Amino acid sequence: MNAPVRTANPKNFISGATGDWEVVIGMEIHAQVASESKLFSGASTAFGGEPNDHVSMVDAAMPGMLPVINEECVRQAVRTGLGLNAEIHKRSVFARKNYFYPDLPQGYQISQYDQPIVGEGIVTVEVGPDNKGQFEEISIGVERLHLEQDAGKSLHDQHPTMSYVDLNRSGVALMEIVSKPDLRSSEEARAYLTKVRTILRYLGTSDADMDKGNLRADINVSVRRPGEPLGTRCEIKNVNSIRFAGQAIEYEARRQIAVLEDGGSISQETRLFDPSRGETRSMRSKEEAHDYRYFPDPDLLPLEFDDAYVEALKADLPELPDEKRQRFQSDFGLSAYDANVLVSDREIAHFFEALARGRDGKQAANWIINDLLGALNKAGKPIEASPVSAHQLGELLDLQKEGVISGKIAKDVFEIVFTEGGSPREIVETRGLKQVTDTGAIEKVVDEIIAANPDKVEQAKSKPTMIGWFVGQVMKASGGKAAPQAVNDLLKAKLGIE
Amino acid sequence: MTELTALTIAELRDTLGRRQASAVEVAEAYVAAIEAANPSLNAYVAVTPDKALDMARASDARIAAGEARPLEGVPLGIKDLFATEGVHTQAASHILDGFKPGYESTVTANLWADGAVMLGKLNMDEFAMGSSNETSYYGPVVSPWRSEGSNAKIVPGGSSGGSASAVAAHLCAGATATDTGGSIRQPAAFTGTVGIKPTYGRCSRWGTVAFASSLDQAGPIARTVRDAAIMLKSMASVDPKDTTSADLPVPDYEQSIGETVKGLKIGIPREYRVEGMPEEIEKLWQQGIDWYRQAGAEIVDISLPHTKYALPAYYIVAPAEASSNLARYDGVRYGLRVECDDIIDMYEKTRAAGFGREVKRRILIGTYVLSAGYYDAYYVRAQKVRTLIKRDFELAFEAGVDAILTPATPSSAFGIGAMADADPVEMYLNDIFTVTVNMAGLPGLAVPAGLDSSGLPLGLQLIGRPFDEQTLFRVGQVIEDAAGSFAAPKWW
Repeated sequence: MNAPVRTANPKNFISGATGDWEVVIGMEIHAQVASESKLFSGASTAFGGEPNDHVSMVDAAMPGMLPVINEECVRQAVRTGLGLNAEIHKRSVFARKNYFYPDLPQGYQISQYDQPIVGEGIVTVEVGPDNKGQFEEISIGVERLHLEQDAGKSLHDQHPTMSYVDLNRSGVALMEIVSKPDLRSSEEARAYLTKVRTILRYLGTSDADMDKGNLRADINVSVRRPGEPLGTRCEIKNVNSIRFAGQAIEYEARRQIAVLEDGGSISQETRLFDPSRGETRSMRSKEEAHDYRYFPDPDLLPLEFDDAYVEALKADLPELPDEKRQRFQSDFGLSAYDANVLVSDREIAHFFEALARGRDGKQAANWIINDLLGALNKAGKPIEASPVSAHQLGELLDLQKEGVISGKIAKDVFEIVFTEGGSPREIVETRGLKQVTDTGAIEKVVDEIIAANPDKVEQAKSKPTMIGWFVGQVMKASGGKAAPQAVNDLLKAKLGIE
Repeated sequence: MTELTALTIAELRDTLGRRQASAVEVAEAYVAAIEAANPSLNAYVAVTPDKALDMARASDARIAAGEARPLEGVPLGIKDLFATEGVHTQAASHILDGFKPGYESTVTANLWADGAVMLGKLNMDEFAMGSSNETSYYGPVVSPWRSEGSNAKIVPGGSSGGSASAVAAHLCAGATATDTGGSIRQPAAFTGTVGIKPTYGRCSRWGTVAFASSLDQAGPIARTVRDAAIMLKSMASVDPKDTTSADLPVPDYEQSIGETVKGLKIGIPREYRVEGMPEEIEKLWQQGIDWYRQAGAEIVDISLPHTKYALPAYYIVAPAEASSNLARYDGVRYGLRVECDDIIDMYEKTRAAGFGREVKRRILIGTYVLSAGYYDAYYVRAQKVRTLIKRDFELAFEAGVDAILTPATPSSAFGIGAMADADPVEMYLNDIFTVTVNMAGLPGLAVPAGLDSSGLPLGLQLIGRPFDEQTLFRVGQVIEDAAGSFAAPKWW
């Protein structure tokens, strides 16, 4: 199940002082599994709480404690594997990764090493849009996905001479999704990270909330001359925002190019991205790297399940973004751009489907993309907290379609509903925003405008587009309520334009 | 009436049931015996007389109400490896100084649920690493046995030396023990007691301080085969907290005792006839074979060709797991902490002060064999050897063998300090007949079979099919019936 090999695309090249360079990126995404309790203990995974509120004897590594696998986490890992179009391993093995750290109570992390639960897969990523509004579709290989325990947290600012340890996160289940080194630009990397986050959220296998640290990435970056073998890589640890991921890659690629162009060489090392300075710095070199002494955890039997288990989970998967996008394009006639925007977030897609049902899909998409998302963005609200529901917006669209209000009034009513709430139909009714379709009333206004502006009437005879000015005046005079078609027809007749 | 502490568990059950003595009287008798003997034998690292009397009183109430449970009022000693709530649980190590868990191990919880009474915690080799009980932070345990005409102190074997010594000296009616490479069977053989290491997975490991997780298994040390059967019935259970525990019903082991062994096939593995084996051991083994022949069993020669690799492979697998299992003793959360200015210093000084020499040796070996570049050569190969050893046994059992008879140890007990200057490997050789059983995950029973020329006990080992402890008890009883029981002359 290999993704096609990427061919070098000059569009992605970075030009250095001595010629072009290609950056090669691979990513390890750590996503917290959506589950009530931890990977091997019954303690809660709830965010927050006082330090050490959510710690069982197992999490604290008390003598004689044993891990017991949480089946929900296994289920979520398999579902994620299916969502990544990946091979599911019906037998996998938990291994111990041994190292000493105060927030690692066991002295080892239970992870998976040479026999992970999920093998190779493919993620389709839409990169863009470019300045023509076009997306480029690329296929990124997934190397593996494995389950592992999160560590606790050391608190160094609580006491003048001591460090404190908070084990609330200790033992929380993480999925590590390892990509192949298939990414070729910071833009692609951002798009890949975004896409994986979207898939996780569609599946509900992780809330993938980067602000809470529930999604983080370790990013491997190397540079090479186009067509040459892979260069030495550096790993940027624990990047916790998509924007930072882009910045870190840009900085790191240019740093490596500068070193190489100066005749230096890259040493394999782990680096940290400092968002305040926008740069990466060395954390430890390969020589200082730990020997983790991985070996199969003798407290846990190999993890085994059958085809029926996988098939049942597969049958139960929700529609994923790629399928949804295709359906939106074919069923609603949406452009690739519109479909991409709408499926980028499961909640937006839900909103769209609720709105578009029985209505014009294209119009629904425009309203969401141009009006709703803009207003939400300005208000700093996610779609889940939208003050305008799909039902309310639908009513608004219906009013417009029925000819009760004009497009312009519709925008005004949208503003009112967004800020004050209420039923669009009632608002139109009570505030007298109904479109005037009575030709007599409109004609009266048209006549007044024509009478008051003989010079413009004259000009319009030689320049028919001047009709726009008259339409504007009539609409203004009618408070926007005059039916635009009727205004147009009347003006044309009276001004003698054809 | 005989002294209450002289009664076996089976006898005690009858005595208490007939109200010929109360559980409180029995507990008091044991507490008194411990107080008198422990300064000499050092079998207990913590005695819990108040707890014992409280539990005994509750047992008496149960008995009076006609609600006696299988081990009602039976006073037991608990190896310090088992977590006992609110009570000293330190694996006889300095690094667990002051540790009293807020939880109870599944094995001990099972015993209390069946009415047993806790006398206290038993000495052992530190973290169950040793074959003489000389590695304990609390000092060596002394065996109640002495060579004829000598006052020299003798080791009880290890790592369950406190359990063996206490059972042999009647300082408890029975004891819990654990066996990773022979730690139940070797001390049982050294002290004239009966010990069974059940099939891996028969007893839950939850709440038992881990040494080598894939090999550790709890079992009883008792005075008779029947007592061991009674205790194992209560100790064994499937446990949702230990996913390596077996979800199989626990049979009433006692029922198989006394069943004839006529027609059973007893396998004699030729590879256990090791070079330099004392003639006395050879004789004892032959004696065992003769007893079975007389009892109507069929003796068959078998081959377990990979036996010679068991000990070296064991000393890779067990330390590897131990090096990781013992990483949690870091001074951060519980037990000993040597205060320092930074964390690395704290780790190093705490672990340097907290672990004894043998534990450190095994952590170093384990760390080495798991290191990059050595893992395949040592750990992976040792696991392959393990598979081959297991296969040897499977083939023997597939050929119809019901139990395998071997010596339990290559010698009788030695003097305390006798091995102090020896190569550690010489001490490891004590386990030569027992480690294969752990590597294969099989049940093994050690039964006293005689005394050597200096009057020290010797034992024979029976190895059974997975989860076929019944057959071992049934077959083991034959040796007990033929050899009789062995009690150390009281000198303490």
